[in-house]
Amino acid sequence: MQNGNEMESFRSDVKAWVIENFPASLRGVDLAGIAGGESGAKADEEVKVGLDAWRQKLAEKGWGAPTWPVEYGGAGLTDPQADIIGEEIHNAGAYNPIPHMTGMGVTMVGPTLLEYGTAEQKTRHLKGIASGEIRWCLGLSEPNAGSDLASLSTKAQDKGDYFALNGQKVWTSGAHISQWCGALVRTDTDAGKRDGISFVMLPMQQDGVETRPIRLISGISPFCETYFTDARAEKGDLLGNLNDGWSVVKRLLQHERQSQTGGRGVSMLDSEPLHVKAQRFVGTDDSGALVDKDLRQRLVRNYMDGTAHRLTAQRITDEAAGRVEVSAAASILKNSNTRFAQQKAELALEIMGSQGIGWSGEDFAEEELGIVREWLSGKAMSIYGGSYEVQNNIISKNVLGLPETTQKG
Amino acid sequence: MAALTEEQSILKDQAASWVEAELPVQKFREFRNSNSDGGFDPKAWSAMVDMGWTGILVPDAYGGSDLGYLTFGVILEQLGRQLCASPLFASAYVGASAINLGGSDGQKQQWLPAIVDGSEILTLAVDEQPRHQRDAIACAASAGDGGYVLSGAKTFVPEGMSATTFVVAAKTDAADIELFLVPANTAGVSRTGMATVDNRDYARVTLSDVALPAESHLGALPGGELHEHLLNRACAGVAMEMLGVGCFSFEMTLDYLKTRKQFGKVIGSFQALGHRAAELYSAQEMARSCAEAGVIAIDNDADDQAAMSALSKAKTGEFLFDMSNQLIQIHGGIGMTDDYDAGFYLKRARALEALYGNQALHRDRYASLLGF
Repeated sequence: MQNGNEMESFRSDVKAWVIENFPASLRGVDLAGIAGGESGAKADEEVKVGLDAWRQKLAEKGWGAPTWPVEYGGAGLTDPQADIIGEEIHNAGAYNPIPHMTGMGVTMVGPTLLEYGTAEQKTRHLKGIASGEIRWCLGLSEPNAGSDLASLSTKAQDKGDYFALNGQKVWTSGAHISQWCGALVRTDTDAGKRDGISFVMLPMQQDGVETRPIRLISGISPFCETYFTDARAEKGDLLGNLNDGWSVVKRLLQHERQSQTGGRGVSMLDSEPLHVKAQRFVGTDDSGALVDKDLRQRLVRNYMDGTAHRLTAQRITDEAAGRVEVSAAASILKNSNTRFAQQKAELALEIMGSQGIGWSGEDFAEEELGIVREWLSGKAMSIYGGSYEVQNNIISKNVLGLPETTQKG
Repeated sequence: MAALTEEQSILKDQAASWVEAELPVQKFREFRNSNSDGGFDPKAWSAMVDMGWTGILVPDAYGGSDLGYLTFGVILEQLGRQLCASPLFASAYVGASAINLGGSDGQKQQWLPAIVDGSEILTLAVDEQPRHQRDAIACAASAGDGGYVLSGAKTFVPEGMSATTFVVAAKTDAADIELFLVPANTAGVSRTGMATVDNRDYARVTLSDVALPAESHLGALPGGELHEHLLNRACAGVAMEMLGVGCFSFEMTLDYLKTRKQFGKVIGSFQALGHRAAELYSAQEMARSCAEAGVIAIDNDADDQAAMSALSKAKTGEFLFDMSNQLIQIHGGIGMTDDYDAGFYLKRARALEALYGNQALHRDRYASLLGF
């Protein structure tokens, strides 16, 4: 652990570097949307050039994935140092696009590769993730395997030096714009439900892979249906042992929950505090309190829930003395964040009255339209990455030691 | 659990093992069954004095250890777990805070060593009506004869029958709420005990033209500020005790879920109950973060300590309210019996909920402090 002075000097170095290197052409641009490949986000030529130059500079520092070893494109830094980089980039009004540009690469695939990958696999895959050049998607859920993921039926047939994949995946984020996919496949149909599954990695640009974007209630299409028809995954791209994919994916999903325990990028919901929005739309009495007392109560409960969540996330970090283990605590934090964020969006919508039903056009401010879309897309928070109910299963079983509540497999 | 210093950890472990060995909830039951007066066991109270707990908020110069609010809170949590009754909180936390914040050097010299050695038991006498309202103070402190004359009535004064000195909130001629040290044996002071569900010591206190010298006034913080600061601190302390009551209620419930069998299975294997336990556990973790943040904010003299105090009381209250109800519900019939401890926890939970303002009051305060 570094001492306080070293950390402060590290912070000032980071700050100076960010201020010097963040391109002016990117100021105020929705980089999260562009880097994330969102359908509504458009970038002009100047922004594209600036973004790529900025990405390269970050990649040269290893700051796309600062805690990864230098040999794999990271910077070999500690979690507190990585936090400082994140904070200073945020404070400078800049943005680190690499995590979004890699899809599931930095947050999920990379950390799992570091743990389960062979030296050869790490050398081959991690640098492309840390530099933001290779976007990864994940083929996990299937039409009949959602919360009950282990019932998946996509098959991988042993063809000697490769596997041939056949089946359908769904909710593959960004599959249509990804270069690589990590897929959970059945390699032994005779074994128990969780025992015949393997985790393979395969390139998306091949004849056997077809993607179809799914349009969501929010109007955007961040997810695809992905069809494998004799798609080819090399034997060398089997992650972990054959038929041990369930332990790989459990770890992967812990990393996912970890990445979903905090806020995400820029949100229209944060463009002004909710109580200020409420003062504007609802009005205040002589004492300055909101005139709608029922709303005021629910608003303050939501504020408290948000603070309680942040304090708990911080406490768990402190208790781990700087090293947050991916753990069962992530299930608690995922649910508390979900509850807070969905309620916050509902409150924003309620405060805006009928302005909160706007879909497009001049009658509605950009901010208002953004909030409506976030309200809709936020409904997925309690479904993806293990639903709210699945998290409660995990808490009751893994944290509290209660007997398994779901069917064994 | 917040990161503790080595000294804090030692004290916490000491408190945990002492409470379990010497003052488990069984002792509370025995004390209740004995129909003794006073609301607590004097032997247990002397032991707390001997262990130095009465000096945790008192500076070294006055015989204390000055370890701060988180340290005191950690002990309150341990006491809450076994419903330990004592005047420790009223005197060594609230009383000592009043003197620290509002006392002159002379007042500190007079009162703090006496709090530390247990020869004085202080308690805050603030409420005049059943629902706590910080500024609903009618008790009057008029200037007179080089000192003050206090008149009014207080109710639900914690440790009110055992206290040797009341810290009375009264309105001055300038309409500020100020605090006054009123020895219980002063002429014009009378008190009567109140019987409550939590079997603690509460009193109604009447002040009839009580003549006090000038030095009875705690005047270091002017214009009602002391009253505000003191109640903020008191609420953060109550939240730590509530956390202990709630955490132990959770542990009792979880243990029951793992052992009670119905339909041939332990009842914790039913998903409805597994999810309820998961929700309660999550609420407990949020409550712990808020309760600890409340006392840590005082130690850090943080700008937002008033808001953090409101947060700590409201969020811990929310958890304890649900937890104490589920404690009874999940235990079923056995939870309804007086022979089982669950009822003690439910009763204490509601007493603490009302003390210094319920959840609704603290949510209202939080909103006001945030500007809406």
